[in-house]
Amino acid sequence: MSGTFLGMPSLPVFGIGNLHEHEPFPKAAHRELGNTQLRANLGHATRTIRDKRLAVVSELPDWEELREAGRAIKESVMARLPELLEQFEANFTARGGIIHWARDAGEANRIVAALIRDQGADEVVKVKSMATQEIGLNEYLEEQGIAAFETDLAELIVQLDHDKPSHILVPAIHKNRSQVRDIFLREMEGVDPELTDEPARLAAAARAHLRRKFLSAKVAVSGANFALADSGTLAVVESEGNGRMCLTLPETLITVMGVEKLLPAWEDLEVFMQLLPRSSTGERMNPYTSLWTGVTPDDGPQNVHLVLLDNGRSAALADEMGRSALHCIRCSACMNVCPVYERTGGHAYGSTYPGPIGAILSPLLTGITAEENSSLPYASSLCGACYDACPVKINIPDILVHLRGEDVDSKRGKKRLPSQMDLGMKAASWALSSGKNLGLVEKALPLGRLAAGPDRKITKLPGIAGGWTQSRDIPAPPGLSFRQWWDKEHQAPAAPPAATGTGDAGTEENP
Amino acid sequence: MNARTEILDRIRSALRDAPAVPDVPRDYRRSSALGEEELIELLTDRLLDYKANVFVEEAATVPQRLAALLESTGRYAVPHGLDQALFAEADAHDAGSRRVTDAPGHRLSVEELDGVDAVVTGSAVAVAETGTIILDAGPDQGRRVISLVPDRHICIVRAGEITAILPEALRRLDATRPQTWISGPSATSDIELERVEGVHGPRTLDVVIVRG
Repeated sequence: MSGTFLGMPSLPVFGIGNLHEHEPFPKAAHRELGNTQLRANLGHATRTIRDKRLAVVSELPDWEELREAGRAIKESVMARLPELLEQFEANFTARGGIIHWARDAGEANRIVAALIRDQGADEVVKVKSMATQEIGLNEYLEEQGIAAFETDLAELIVQLDHDKPSHILVPAIHKNRSQVRDIFLREMEGVDPELTDEPARLAAAARAHLRRKFLSAKVAVSGANFALADSGTLAVVESEGNGRMCLTLPETLITVMGVEKLLPAWEDLEVFMQLLPRSSTGERMNPYTSLWTGVTPDDGPQNVHLVLLDNGRSAALADEMGRSALHCIRCSACMNVCPVYERTGGHAYGSTYPGPIGAILSPLLTGITAEENSSLPYASSLCGACYDACPVKINIPDILVHLRGEDVDSKRGKKRLPSQMDLGMKAASWALSSGKNLGLVEKALPLGRLAAGPDRKITKLPGIAGGWTQSRDIPAPPGLSFRQWWDKEHQAPAAPPAATGTGDAGTEENP
Repeated sequence: MNARTEILDRIRSALRDAPAVPDVPRDYRRSSALGEEELIELLTDRLLDYKANVFVEEAATVPQRLAALLESTGRYAVPHGLDQALFAEADAHDAGSRRVTDAPGHRLSVEELDGVDAVVTGSAVAVAETGTIILDAGPDQGRRVISLVPDRHICIVRAGEITAILPEALRRLDATRPQTWISGPSATSDIELERVEGVHGPRTLDVVIVRG
């Protein structure tokens, strides 16, 4: 973890909190892949959501234009961030809201706990929020003797089961209906023992369980999906009405939001409120969206606070190649289309942010050298499905490759002896730098044929290359390289025209 | 250094390459040309898809429709700015005894709202394409809480409020008013990503669309 600031103002200051992979991704993935129930649940859920998303996206004739507008708006937000933050602050404050700035997770947690204590409260209701998950707010509040009740159905399932979220939109995506019923029967006070696993019955049980909490809560904690700089307005997008309950009923509302969530102007919301619901739940519009601007006398909370969180966002912004990861609107479309996520699930990524966006965002926020986060950029086949699905066109594959480079560079600096990979890359760089060098290397092809033996397969490579042959064989290399074959073919201008024109190397190797 | 100054400094330092501020291409649809009947048809279709109940009425038949919808309910809440004449028919049966009004100086408590069966409100704007009704706490819609706590929301949408697409709707709204965008009854997709209607918000949404 890298929470220490070393003194030079231009050095990036990384984030802390629930942002870390604690073991190398391949190891975590290997373990999760052994869970067949998880794979079945995830396969079912991601297939469902992919189909829904495609159906509602194809309805809009201007989807690509909306994506392009979304991308450009977010890029301009990043370029103008200091100015927009100050504008937002002025507008939000002018309407009675109070803004707090938090350099990192620890500072944000302390601010929120102090605000809750100021109200004399020892419990809060919460709307699902990635930012509070990232900073570990619930755990911190528990240490401080404050109970935080998650009210989103999936968050409630995860909290009751003492589990961790595995998806940013549907944190309990790894649980199927009968597992949810079992959790409710085991953990929910006063639940009907006859509860079935019908989703409607399960939702009704959650309603009954939380109703009293909502109606009596003094303090609520939320995140925010968008903040409009030109009016000082905050927006929360949700489905169940738990958000409306938290944002409307308590006297005190504390919102925690990353500094990158700003939009310049009201009209920008028309772009994002078309992109987000269709990309996330595959609906034309989510059931409820709430907007508030500071305090409205006589309507909703009268103590309205906003904690603006850095926690590594400024460090991500400093990475010119990686900064567009901050454009993310947390829709989760990238994880739903990712072949890696679909099989390993979200827990394998360690961080609050799983899937393709997590594989770039987590190391950007924490620095590539933090714990095992350097393994995350490799959690991808670089197929590009995430880039196609992203509503704000974040080029995730490009950033993955960039971060792999950062990882290699950071490791090279640490070691005295070059690794096998370094040597291999050096050799490849020499061989591929000129045709002459490559020609020399190609002369060694017959050696490969020799190694393959009579069955013409290489089944075990030495050293780190052995990873390749762990689950597949390599066919014997051809006797001639293409260039050798070409030279041979074209050096005999006197060959009779009746010849087939293919040398033996050609017919042998390209059947 | 305080946190605000430090964070803003960090951000400025992160942007020392002075990235260009791009022009935002707004080539997406920003207006449309649907007539009233088409708008009503589209909105109805989308609301039904969300499992809301939809009733299309003439101005003159709204009181009958409301009376019918309220027939089987007990007490219901209304905001003070909603036209009382809409309840003429309902009042003919009970002289308005089931109606409780949320008004400045006479606010309904959360417990009182939890005790009513339904709420009737107007609306500010609607978006046909997405099946969205937007409330902005105007006098005929009331405080945000009154359309939230009762389990049934009967919402009156006048044809003139219906726009085809979201950008048209936003142009009619003031960002700084508290807003609730409603697209169907409360719902969740949290179990196996299957949509189920009816969680914490009103489990029934009745929409009365008024022509003309």
